[in-house]
Amino acid sequence: MNLPDAVLTVMFLALIAYALFGGADFGAGIWDLLAGGTAKGRPQRTLIEHSIGPVWEANHVWLIFVLVVLWTGFPPAFAAIASTLYIPLTLAGFGMIVRGGAFAFRKTASTPGMQRFLGGSFALSSVVTPFFLGAMVGGIASGRVPPGVAAGSVLTSWINPTSVLGGVLAVLSCAYLAAAFLCGDARREAPDLAEVFRRRALITAFVTGAVAIAGIFVLRGDAPVLFDQLLGRGLAPIVLSAAAGAVSIGLLLGRRYIWARVAAGAAVTAVLCGWAAGQYPYVLPAHLTIDDAAAGRGTLTAVLVAVAVGSILLIPALILMYRMFQTVPAATPHPPGLYADHDHTGRGTPPT
Amino acid sequence: MDQQLLADAVDNLYPARMQMAFSLGWHIIFSCFGITFPALVLFAEWRAYRRADADLERLAHTWAKAMGVMFAAGAVSGTILSFEMGILWPGLMERFGEVFGFPFILEGFTFFIEAIFLGIYLFSWGRLSPRAHLLTGLPIIPAGIAGALFVISANAWMNTPEGFEIDAGGRVVDVDVIDAMFNPSTAAQWLHMIIAAFMVVGFTVASIYAVGMLRGRRTRYHRLGLVIPLTLAAIATPVQIGVGDYIANVVAETQPVKLAAMEGLYRTGTGVPLSLGGIYTDDELRYALRIPWGLSLLVTHDPDGQVVGLETVGPQLRPPVNVVHLSYNVMVGIGFALMLITLAMAWTWFRHRRLPGSRWFLRGVALSGVASIVAMEAGWVTTEVGRQPWVVYEKLKTADAVSSAPGLYLGLWAVLAVYAVLTFLTVYTLRRLAHHHDDAVAPQEVAAEPLDSTGERPAG
Ligand code: HDD
Ligand code: HEM
Ligand code: HEM
Repeated sequence: MNLPDAVLTVMFLALIAYALFGGADFGAGIWDLLAGGTAKGRPQRTLIEHSIGPVWEANHVWLIFVLVVLWTGFPPAFAAIASTLYIPLTLAGFGMIVRGGAFAFRKTASTPGMQRFLGGSFALSSVVTPFFLGAMVGGIASGRVPPGVAAGSVLTSWINPTSVLGGVLAVLSCAYLAAAFLCGDARREAPDLAEVFRRRALITAFVTGAVAIAGIFVLRGDAPVLFDQLLGRGLAPIVLSAAAGAVSIGLLLGRRYIWARVAAGAAVTAVLCGWAAGQYPYVLPAHLTIDDAAAGRGTLTAVLVAVAVGSILLIPALILMYRMFQTVPAATPHPPGLYADHDHTGRGTPPT
Repeated sequence: MDQQLLADAVDNLYPARMQMAFSLGWHIIFSCFGITFPALVLFAEWRAYRRADADLERLAHTWAKAMGVMFAAGAVSGTILSFEMGILWPGLMERFGEVFGFPFILEGFTFFIEAIFLGIYLFSWGRLSPRAHLLTGLPIIPAGIAGALFVISANAWMNTPEGFEIDAGGRVVDVDVIDAMFNPSTAAQWLHMIIAAFMVVGFTVASIYAVGMLRGRRTRYHRLGLVIPLTLAAIATPVQIGVGDYIANVVAETQPVKLAAMEGLYRTGTGVPLSLGGIYTDDELRYALRIPWGLSLLVTHDPDGQVVGLETVGPQLRPPVNVVHLSYNVMVGIGFALMLITLAMAWTWFRHRRLPGSRWFLRGVALSGVASIVAMEAGWVTTEVGRQPWVVYEKLKTADAVSSAPGLYLGLWAVLAVYAVLTFLTVYTLRRLAHHHDDAVAPQEVAAEPLDSTGERPAG
């Protein structure tokens, strides 16, 4: 593995993290959309809010990280992708604004109308955003993004069969991941909901698998090069993904939610690996190889050093965060006024 | 084909600049809160804990929730900015991404640290012991300040690019990302921005309580809410004026054309006066108030020192003078006006050992929040417009960096519409936080008994 490959691997790992954590986050929003009427959907929405409230911002920093590594390490690829695919990228950006804004602000909204409007915006943008991101991946993978500033078609680069497949698969994967994650959270907070999400996880697992299989035929017609590569080098990860999906179904049937999460995550990860293997050694298939797109050695080395040092800070912090939200009970904060009377509660007198 | 590309790029240039300016101008307000608000919140919480002070605790909790909302607004607007760097300026990223992209990677790590600990801090309010809770908030402060250093160093690099060579074929070679990061403008811009952030946060928060006090809410809670941020901002102001002098000298040395535009100076000369206000037409600044030898003194510390004028470069290479001169004057003018608040505070403190409480003082403070934001925006307009027509000073023109994608100019209208909604929601939420402290919840918090989707609390 040479230096550019190493940097691209780092970026790809961050992309996987985004697909898993950000994806589950989007998926939770999708289930919010499908939770039903105001009264009926209330317990589900509460669970969803509890699960993603404290972590949603951190989950989305992964995407920023992918972008900045791409523009520093592979500047021509970034320029080509962002300019040719500017329409879906802008729309995904708007989706993120609406989603973040609506999620952040609906808790303080006072009138039912405002709450419903914000809740609806949050849920709808949770579907739209991953769709556009998936469509971008489809455009890149099918070789529709040539190098250069806006050198490809700004329309057909993302409105085409492979992009539609990418978008639909992205939305389904998010929903599937989220349902699998929420089963576990539900068991801790609202056991009857665990059954609801279990059923949904099972359904989306089947639907996602079916779409993926149908997708193979789409690719054969629309992106023959990618199709060949997927059946070649990409075959092992694709088979692995199918296997992991099947295992996750078995685990869900057996209500082993923690392991079902792991298997669901593995299935999504393996699909991404299949895509990566399918287009290696190109960043922009058929046009631009990794080595040709790569920045100079000095920059790439600096990126690797920065990532290594940064991870020493980041990884413990991430572990702390997820552990905390999984273990500290959500439903029992102390009453307000804790500090004011803490000298009476025997927690120790405040130093003066 | 090439004709078409060129035409698209020309169509896109102006809207793209406006879109960038608008999204940055929006984001930077919330960034200020990301940089310095955590320090204020933690200070209030720490004092509340040390003194078992219920008022302060309530204040700290309200601020913490507001911080959560501001952070969410900063995060979404920042995400769009990173898209826009490529959507609008692919010519810049393609050529120079490997030179000035690096600090953004470092910034990515600081974002993680901020987002993680902010989530923990807000979630664990009341769930951990006060001491442990304070500790969870501590990492946010250095992360915010370091994050500002990184992103500012990218901007400073655009002003004074370093850390690379351009070979005979026009290719960028010999990149040294550390050199690029620590270019001649970095230190000055970083200091000036951090202090600006302290001023913006201090004055804005204080102004909210000043309005409350003017309306008759003179409780201890309101006084504390006024005094703590105001003291911070009042100390920052004189420091900022000193740093302003330093940064102006850096600009004079490294970007003489920008300085000339800031001062509306056409002819290079010695013993140059300092010009305030006025309109620049036909290579001359008219109707300005002039202070003899002022500019020479400020820039060279010698009344007869030489200052370079706009005439040294061709008309194509000059920035739009009026915008730059006016916004520079606005920034400096507001800086000195805010100094009056510092002086009033210092005077009553040393004379009477108390803080000024007159209505006039409160009115001044009530205005200071908006004024400090205007000063900060004006400073950015000075920096960014003063660099035109270059996006990378003397290396790459803005017109060569803009995307030639057809239809791109429509993005400006979409961005304006989306941000209008976002602004409305942010202000609405912050107002609710201010007026309904106890039942309002920050996005990262998890309420004990969460609001349901109709906005009513479950019975019980
Ligand atoms: C509260 C905000 C605030 C206040 C009161 C001042 N500034 Fe400022 N100024 C900024 C906020 C700011 C800023 C927004 O933060 C800028 C934009 C870019 C930067 O690094 O800082 C800036 C830029 C900026 C620049 C251009 C730097 C460049 O292009 O590289 C100069 C020369 C000054 N300032 C000088 C001053 C002086 C002499 C002041 C005296 C009163 C002053 N500023 C007050
Ligand atoms: C790290 C921070 C920043 C970076 C990397 C950055 C980058 C850019 C870029 C690439 C452009 C377009 C090219 C150009 O016009 O030169 C631009 C323009 C502009 N930016 Fe910045 N900017 C930063 C901070 C800010 C902030 C905080 C503001 C606040 C208002 C701002 C205001 C503007 C304006 C007004 C323009 C338009 C200038 C013109 O076209 O006349 N910038 N900036
Ligand atoms: C082109 C320039 C810029 C880009 C691409 C950019 C990008 C971003 C992004 C992606 C985020 C969100 C991080 C998250 O999800 O938590 C963010 C937040 C932030 N940005 Fe920017 N930014 C730019 C300019 C600036 C400037 C000029 C400053 C200030 C000096 C700044 C300071 C911050 C801070 C402190 C945050 C933390 C979030 C908050 O509290 O609002 N950024 N920025």
